[in-house]
Amino acid sequence: MGSNTAGRPVAITGIGILTSLGRGRAENWARLAAGTSGIHRLTRFPTEGLRTTIGGSVDFMPLEPFSAPALSHAMAREAAIEALAQSGLGEPQAGRRRFPGELFLAAPPVEHEWPQRFGLAHKHPGGASSYDDLLDAAKQDSGALHDDFLFGTIAERLADEFGTSGSPITLSTACASGATAIQLGVEAIRRGQTKAALSIGTDGSIHAESLIRFSLLSALSTANEIPQGAAKPFSKNRDGFVMAEGAAALVLEDVEHAKARGATILALIRGCGEAADTFHRTRSHPSGDAIVAAISAAIADAGLKPEDIGYINAHGTGTPENDKMEGLGVQRVFGPRGETLPISSNKSMIGHTLTAAGAVEAAFSVMTIQNQLLPPTINYTPDPALPLDVVPFTARKATVEFVLSNSFGFGGQNVSLVIGAAP
Amino acid sequence: MTNDVWITGTGLVSALGEGDEGHWAALSDPARWRQAIDSETFKPFHVHPIRTIDLDRYIPRKGDQRQMGPLQQYGAYAAGMALAAAGIAGNADLLKNTHLVVASTGGERDEALDGQIVASLTEKPDREVLLNEQLSTGLRPTLFLAQLPNLFAGNISIVHGVSGSSRTFMGEEAAGIDALRVAFERIGAGQGDCFLIGSAFNAARRDSMLVFQPALLADAMTSLWHRPTGGMTLGSMGTFLVAESRAHAEARGARPLARLRAVMNDRCRREPGAASANAQRQWDAIAPLLGDAPLGLMSGASGAGPITGEERDFLERRAGKAPLAVRGTAAAIGHGMEASFLANVILAISCVGRGSVFPALDPDEPIEATAASGVRQAVVTGWGHWRGEGLALVEAV
Repeated sequence: MGSNTAGRPVAITGIGILTSLGRGRAENWARLAAGTSGIHRLTRFPTEGLRTTIGGSVDFMPLEPFSAPALSHAMAREAAIEALAQSGLGEPQAGRRRFPGELFLAAPPVEHEWPQRFGLAHKHPGGASSYDDLLDAAKQDSGALHDDFLFGTIAERLADEFGTSGSPITLSTACASGATAIQLGVEAIRRGQTKAALSIGTDGSIHAESLIRFSLLSALSTANEIPQGAAKPFSKNRDGFVMAEGAAALVLEDVEHAKARGATILALIRGCGEAADTFHRTRSHPSGDAIVAAISAAIADAGLKPEDIGYINAHGTGTPENDKMEGLGVQRVFGPRGETLPISSNKSMIGHTLTAAGAVEAAFSVMTIQNQLLPPTINYTPDPALPLDVVPFTARKATVEFVLSNSFGFGGQNVSLVIGAAP
Repeated sequence: MTNDVWITGTGLVSALGEGDEGHWAALSDPARWRQAIDSETFKPFHVHPIRTIDLDRYIPRKGDQRQMGPLQQYGAYAAGMALAAAGIAGNADLLKNTHLVVASTGGERDEALDGQIVASLTEKPDREVLLNEQLSTGLRPTLFLAQLPNLFAGNISIVHGVSGSSRTFMGEEAAGIDALRVAFERIGAGQGDCFLIGSAFNAARRDSMLVFQPALLADAMTSLWHRPTGGMTLGSMGTFLVAESRAHAEARGARPLARLRAVMNDRCRREPGAASANAQRQWDAIAPLLGDAPLGLMSGASGAGPITGEERDFLERRAGKAPLAVRGTAAAIGHGMEASFLANVILAISCVGRGSVFPALDPDEPIEATAASGVRQAVVTGWGHWRGEGLALVEAV
């Protein structure tokens, strides 16, 4: 396929965003640009006895009963509807949607949760004390315990509703998943296989067990007293990330296809880069080689040089380890300029939306270019070990043509995107 | 012009044993594969478990073994086998440019802890608060990492040094098909030239049986092709392949086991006939690629009805047009969910490598009646037990 030119830009013609800051891209951008935090005390479940009691949960879409796949689906759906409306693709005709391209969905892992287990145990005569008992009780189930808890179900339901073509892909590269969903879409368009792709990242998995699991890995901030101040990327006193929920959808499109139909191109995906780190399950190699490789590959794929990048949308989780390694990676790729190149973390305000983060932050990167305004890093206390310009506290006007968006995850996952201004 | 895709290494471990030789021998001997089925441990369900596996062979460090549950171990083991077969294992330069695409599910839960919690808390009015306490003290941090789907790939990167990239697809049968499809498409278009693709499944776990329960066979074993909605017998397996562009393989002097000609996947709502319509489009697409020799067909039919019956009828119609040696492999190896399709691709490669198809697994079933020799091509089908219809075509080089 001659159409596969590495570095061929791909258009973004629609975005939809939903986070703890609110519904829709306008509300999210306004609050992000104002330096508002969406982090709050968790009320979805009792937090007695937990080391972390705060988060960026999305509480304005009540689901009864709550389950991570149900909320993840609901948020993905709403973000997609907003993105499709902006792009003009896949709008309903005679009640049916037919999006002319493939679906790539970054979604959290799925399993039965405690309400399902307790529900089955309650139904079992004499109570339950093992999976054999739960299996016995499940014989009476209507099938929802199956259909609602397959890994492929969210994508299946979205594909069905939006009429995307082919087999929908659900993926995980941990906290880089959202960026991988975009990368897969870009690749499919570049090889000429599809004219458009719907890339979505979603994560609505804050429940007691998921919070406790991250807590046991000592990954979460325990600064519970002032929730809005807990997420402190790049700060000297940073003490972990804040779990959060959200979703973003991006309509990706072949540039010529978008132009031919007169669509407004919001921005371009110029380059994608990735590298796997083989050092450790939760830590990067001390050299930062894989981070450097991912960033360098994205810039090279865009046909650019480091000096062309005007702003970095950081992964910036607020864990001691991530921010140190990301700072090192920036220093290695950008040299002395790394100290003055603006780099800010959306997570200081929206927390870490995990599986969704790469998509949410790519969408915010698009709005950064559209508005020529760099969103800030709030809650900042300088760390002498990380000499970076983090755009502290208040948004800053800037002329920015190319944004680098980083996403790194457990399991050695490193993905970087270069997003550029519309032609 | 798209690049030719060669398979240069495979790794397969299952209830039937290991590798090409082990599987061919077991599939050719009904007494052997029947013996591999465990109908007691998970009664009333049947399981095709992996009983023995010498992890040290492909996961040399005990520390790595301890970081994984069985699902991840089967995967890392089969990945090591495939890399060794392809002559890539230990070659740092090649591994640095090898892209990993896997299909994985979540790892095993702590069944004992879950059982203890439902026993003690279900009827307690303040069970949510007590749950916090029990989970905080009972959950092991390492277990969480063994449960994350993408750590399946992460462990392979760490154990075998595969560092080009790492992507994890999720979503039952379709995820395994799409892992191979995307690698095939990327090689074809020059978006990478060496891929390690794989999956694994652990059938011997009650937490996932609880999800698949409505589709599991809970009665005596009957013909795979004629079972009710609950018709699956799950099979443990680790399944990996190395796929390369022909140019990449030739440049490093690697010999092909087979050529991958097509990989397709689609979905529908499963209205009667909808899956067959998807399959028909796929067969139409490969029609120009098919030769005159008898065709092997490794079916991924799960045994769950009514879709397995629909696939049977579809294949019967195909067999009426040209010689087609169908084998419903789940009867012998079990249904490996995400890993199912890739296992069948590896068995199809064994068939085209030998020029024949192993004997019928269901001798009473007419669509399995064809014995084939002179086989140069084999089709693999993957109709998911709930969603997804995929197809691959492999041929001898």
